[in-house]
Amino acid sequence: MRKVAIVGAGMTKFVRRALETPKELAYEATKTALDSCDLRLEDIDCVAHGSAPDAFDGIHQKGEYLADGCGGWNKPTMRVYVGGGTGVHAIIHGWHHIASGMFDTCLVVCEEKMSSAMPHAQGFFLTIFDAITERSLHPNLLWIFALEMNRYMQRYGYTKEDMALVAVNNKRNGLKNPASQFKDEVTVEDVLNSEIMAYPVSRLDVSPVSDGAAAIVLAAEPVARRLTDKPIWIEGVGWTLDTAYWGTRDLYYPRYLDKAARMAYEMAGIREPAKQINIAEPYDPFGYKALHHMEGLQLSPRGKTVELLRDGHFALDGNLPMCPSGGLLGVGNPIAAAGTMKVCELFWQLRGEAGERQVPGNPRLGVAQAWGDLMQVSSVVVVGN
Amino acid sequence: MQEKVHVSGGTALSEQDVHSGEIFMTEDSLDCAFAWDTGVAINRYLTELKNGRIIATECRHCNRIMLPPRLFCELCFKPSSGWVYINDTGVVNTFSICHVHWDASRIKEGEKPYLPAVIEIDGASAGMGIMQLLGEVEPEKIKFGMKVKAVWKPENERTGSITDIKYFKPI
Amino acid sequence: MSKRVAIVGIGYSGFRTTSADLSYREMIFEAATKCYEDAGGIHPQSIDSFVASAEDFMEGISIADEYVPDQLGAVLKPVQTIAGDSIQGLASAVMQIKTGQQSIVATSAFSKVSNLSHYEHVAAYATDPAYIRPLNEHPYFIAGLEMNRYLYETGTTREQCATVVVKNKYNALANPSAVYGAKITIDDVIGGPLLSAPLGVLDVSGHLDGAIVLLLASEDKARELNDKPIWIKGIGWATDTPNLDSRIEGLGTAVYAKLAAEKAYAMAGITTPGNEIDFAEVDDTFSYKELQHLEALRLCGPGEAGKLLELGCFAATGDLPVNVSGGSLGVGYLHEANGLQRVLELVLQLRGEAGKRQLSGVETGLAFAWRGVPTATGAAVILSNRP
Repeated sequence: MRKVAIVGAGMTKFVRRALETPKELAYEATKTALDSCDLRLEDIDCVAHGSAPDAFDGIHQKGEYLADGCGGWNKPTMRVYVGGGTGVHAIIHGWHHIASGMFDTCLVVCEEKMSSAMPHAQGFFLTIFDAITERSLHPNLLWIFALEMNRYMQRYGYTKEDMALVAVNNKRNGLKNPASQFKDEVTVEDVLNSEIMAYPVSRLDVSPVSDGAAAIVLAAEPVARRLTDKPIWIEGVGWTLDTAYWGTRDLYYPRYLDKAARMAYEMAGIREPAKQINIAEPYDPFGYKALHHMEGLQLSPRGKTVELLRDGHFALDGNLPMCPSGGLLGVGNPIAAAGTMKVCELFWQLRGEAGERQVPGNPRLGVAQAWGDLMQVSSVVVVGN
Repeated sequence: MQEKVHVSGGTALSEQDVHSGEIFMTEDSLDCAFAWDTGVAINRYLTELKNGRIIATECRHCNRIMLPPRLFCELCFKPSSGWVYINDTGVVNTFSICHVHWDASRIKEGEKPYLPAVIEIDGASAGMGIMQLLGEVEPEKIKFGMKVKAVWKPENERTGSITDIKYFKPI
Repeated sequence: MSKRVAIVGIGYSGFRTTSADLSYREMIFEAATKCYEDAGGIHPQSIDSFVASAEDFMEGISIADEYVPDQLGAVLKPVQTIAGDSIQGLASAVMQIKTGQQSIVATSAFSKVSNLSHYEHVAAYATDPAYIRPLNEHPYFIAGLEMNRYLYETGTTREQCATVVVKNKYNALANPSAVYGAKITIDDVIGGPLLSAPLGVLDVSGHLDGAIVLLLASEDKARELNDKPIWIKGIGWATDTPNLDSRIEGLGTAVYAKLAAEKAYAMAGITTPGNEIDFAEVDDTFSYKELQHLEALRLCGPGEAGKLLELGCFAATGDLPVNVSGGSLGVGYLHEANGLQRVLELVLQLRGEAGKRQLSGVETGLAFAWRGVPTATGAAVILSNRP
């Protein structure tokens, strides 16, 4: 299998409402990523970009609209989407471009501008539900998260306080991230006292609506070695989609992630992920999801994750730092861009360039994951130095 | 070696900026409607809801009674084996108490919260849940595993929609 | 190129202007079942990965990817959706197999455009929201601009464009899956109502519902599954700028088609496409597009397509049959599934299963799809019945 490396990364700040258009946000991230590895657009063979639903921007064929902002003018350009899983999946898609032998360099760009949707981006999530058997109940996106979180808590006897610890951990990490849209630390009390949106989900359990973009540059081995002495290798990729009949699944365990993670670990030759992985960036749009995903990623025994979190196992200086970037809860959640941001973070961490948030001990292996659609998809990328 | 820039762009606008008149916006809304073909299985499902009954399909290969009904079994990928009427009672698998409308606006003071739940319908295979609303129950009294029964709209108000069931109430 | 990839199964359903009897899931299930049966009765559990091609607004669903797995038998399998033409989806499937991580990949696309009230409003929503959409024009004005510029630059005539419509609708009469077949004249087309001059109503292809599923396999698996594998020799795709006002060269010339084809030709080792391609299924969303695309694809010289068409070169009986299926003008316009409809025709012809419209002695065919206005994205694939 042809080896593929990440050689550059860049992102915009994540903000509640950006002055920039979607195209301009994509440009900023793309240009920053290219500059970071001293490449120009002429050096790029193809573009694999991603964005979640078109409804946020109110632009049909949004990938076409975004193409030139992503550097895709007069190049092979293709947009992939798996809902919230898109940000990590686009990197898998970029990997396909190069590992297939068809291209040597690939720009991966993910962008989301949610603030264009009026009155609120969340309203557009109504249209993710089955048009005939669900939508006329007027569901809010929060419902499915709340239903899943409640079932997860009930299964293992976790409390709302346990779940709040994730927001506290991730938001604390996020304060050290210059891309973050937040300025204040939060406490468990703050989370518990924030208003209940859909029990058991409170406002501070939820990542915010954001605008932003993130980009990485991928290169085939010989090109990568020429460009940098610190290439970060894509060691494993995996992705899985479960049935759209989400009511037929038991929501307490993400079996689709279990499968996607095993696919990625098998490719990477990882037998004991909990021991071998040094940094984890699980998808954390809601606090409980990070824990749910740590279990699905086989990085924590089922039902023991809160205990490990309380023991500091997942802290920045713990055995397995979780979301050192701050994650979606600590940086912001421009859907597709947020997943790509997680891979950018691993790139910087494994090169020792993460500044104040640098995980100590020269981490060697990291895993990033994103999740989405109707609680049914997971994309997993394992990277190493 | 010079440290490379990681983050650039993403200029935050405040609410004030937006309303200042100095940031221009174009407003538009999509003028189109969708009328989705319900197909063989869901058309029968909706027809039976109008009749005040819940119907499922059976897969004899996988030994499953599937709800919502489907023309084919997505696991063994064979056509469904037939139709089966099932009960309008079930068990709460999980639930929520939701204080915002579908468009994220908060419900008004004194208004009742939405009570969405995944309900495993009696007669369908274990784990076959559908999303529905709960009613005639105090939110704090909802329990996992609670037995519930459908409350139907009066016959003349049913339209062949999932909302022909008003909600499920505890029994 | 490391691994060779073949198409080993085809299945399709619908191909009607309305399909109210089936939901999109049921329509795709039918196509998938036929496809898997065509590939030696493979069970979807044995398929490694699945790629769909779709756009949200065409389905009225946000994140259409959610509803992909069940009707393909892809529950708990690697699945992804490409927001692009289905030849781009096909390309993604080809790349997956070439990585070596996957051996058998299914790719699908469908259209249920009959469920949508105003396609034109959706198409208009693809233009820039701040400085094109407020003009409030029917989105086909872009086709009018392109057509006018193409005729001006090349000297192609209005009559030659109308001849494309006459040819493709006539070809469609021999295709049982085509619903827009007709025997009409050049005068019928030119004398018909105008849409955005010089583009007339009859220059535009009509909408169609349908689903298509293809199965791809690596060389070693291909021979196990089907004794008539059709080989993917080359594939390419490209995007010109989406900004209309930056597309100066790209209004008269289909730059995206040229770039996509060059990539596909290079991969297939084709240097003189006009001699090496036996027949082609080329985007004809609008009549002039077929001619503009043939030139960009180097299947004829610049500005020559119209004249060659009049000489009968592109007829089913000509030197280079183009859109013998009837194309979009004759079969109907399947939106994201357009590309796979063209690939489907190639496979049928190369297998010798095209019935009344079967071309004799064909070995290599090219399919080219364009994403429609206002886009400047296209994808090309070259297939052959010889490895």
